[in-house]
Amino acid sequence: MTGARTLAGAKWFEQRSAEWRSAGRRLQGLERGRSAPPEDVLEAVRAYPEIARDLALARRAAPTGALTKYLEGVYLQLHRSLFRPPAAFWRGVTKLFTHDAAAAARELRWHIAAVTALFVTCLGAGAWLVATYPELASLFASEKMIEGVQRGELWTDNLLSVAPSSLLSAQIFTNNIVVSLFALCLGVLYGLGTFYIIAMNGLAIGGVFAFTAHYGAGERLFTFTAAHGFVELSVVCISGAVGASLGEALARPGELTRGAAFQRAVGRGMRLMVVCLSFLVGAGVLEGFVSPDPRFPLAARLAIGLSYFALFLLVLTGALGRFGRRARAAA
Amino acid sequence: MESIIRIPSVTGVDVELRIAGPGGRSYAFVIDWHIRFFAAAAWFIAGTFAFAGGIRALPADSVNAAYVFAVVTPSIVIYFLYHPVLEILLRGQTPGMRMAGVRLVALADGGAPGIGALLIRNVFRLVDSLPSFYAIGLATTMVTKNAVRIGDIAAGTVLVYDEEPRAALLSQLSGKAVERLGLAQAQLVRELLDRWPQLGSDARWKLAKDLLARAGVAAPRDEDGLKAKLEELIA
Repeated sequence: MTGARTLAGAKWFEQRSAEWRSAGRRLQGLERGRSAPPEDVLEAVRAYPEIARDLALARRAAPTGALTKYLEGVYLQLHRSLFRPPAAFWRGVTKLFTHDAAAAARELRWHIAAVTALFVTCLGAGAWLVATYPELASLFASEKMIEGVQRGELWTDNLLSVAPSSLLSAQIFTNNIVVSLFALCLGVLYGLGTFYIIAMNGLAIGGVFAFTAHYGAGERLFTFTAAHGFVELSVVCISGAVGASLGEALARPGELTRGAAFQRAVGRGMRLMVVCLSFLVGAGVLEGFVSPDPRFPLAARLAIGLSYFALFLLVLTGALGRFGRRARAAA
Repeated sequence: MESIIRIPSVTGVDVELRIAGPGGRSYAFVIDWHIRFFAAAAWFIAGTFAFAGGIRALPADSVNAAYVFAVVTPSIVIYFLYHPVLEILLRGQTPGMRMAGVRLVALADGGAPGIGALLIRNVFRLVDSLPSFYAIGLATTMVTKNAVRIGDIAAGTVLVYDEEPRAALLSQLSGKAVERLGLAQAQLVRELLDRWPQLGSDARWKLAKDLLARAGVAAPRDEDGLKAKLEELIA
């Protein structure tokens, strides 16, 4: 019986080893290339169940043997090549902007509302604190900033003499992106890290506005922020909402495991964040080129800022996607 | 104990992936860190050299936007975007991972992770790298089932060992040897011969005599004869 089995094993090995060798060779091109000749793909589809059967036999005969390891490698490469999702990068990006981000924003609407309420409350609290106790301004502004404002100068007045617009923009949007991503990522602390960042931002912005208003420079600060502020602050609130949703997934995973709920929340949140961060780049460009330029009057800044904010809302509400689909249908 | 992930397949035969632990992961990271550090430093030094016209400190008034965009920014981009860009371009691997013999795969299907998953795992480096030296990330790999950091949990990815199948093995095993010894024994003899130079004399004698006895062959008295006998068996 054992002899017959050994003979069968030898025959099987002799017959199949040429196939294993050629499958291994073909796979190199199949796995690394962007496209493969149809005959190679068909060959891989044919070889996949055959290699699976061979692997099952090899595992039974010698689970830790070198042949089993070899077949495991070939089988894994075949599996990876055959089940690789089709590359559709640009279609994915278009879908993200016309559909996915809006769907995620809809799902997160209560989180967005709650975090925005927290932000606005902290903004008001910061403004009230500094208006009531002006000395508290030192909590939110450096001594140099305070002295400047007391002399009637804003730190935003001569930004362009310090750095050119392009450089300023790059620095600003990089910084904003990092802050937003931090607010999101710190959601892993059951949302507490996110709430802290949102609350601190709200307090600081409210405090700084109240402080500048106290010295009669509030309107100038508002003028400076009018072009970029709407989108920038909205993105801060949305990143906070995504962070809060991560915290909620960990604290209240529902019927899913914590890991699965967290993964789902991250996937949904990141679809929204990719779109928001791309708008943040635009806000950074406005903050570098428009906001510090004294040639832009308040009305022009408001027009730019509100138009950009309207575009942002069109994307996040899905209106842009619906408009595009309607236009395509009409054409 | 080695940890394995089993991915179900339509054939009914699971795909098995060996999870890379904190050691394999750190090894890959250290290699990658050196590559990105030296690449960024090389760009910075070469760019500064080109701007300053030699090896000397650049005067403060020469640090203009062109210098920042052509020299400083690319260096920062190389250093900080090394992982996301290369992981996307090389479908879940970086040069360091390749050298360390590991690869990122999607936990769901064992395939290469998508662009979204790779971006997510890289965004969460912000948390994993806290407070410094990837302390949170490293600690998480030590306590999680699949030895993953927070970024991997978020993205649904896992780092696994990735060995190229060695086709040379097939030419080292013959059908006759399999017929003579059976598949399992033939492989053991082949592996023993492969490891022969690394083994001590006692281990060679013990293993070789055992294998020869199982094949019903008398063991010669000298070590060279022992090896020759094993080679004869596997021929």
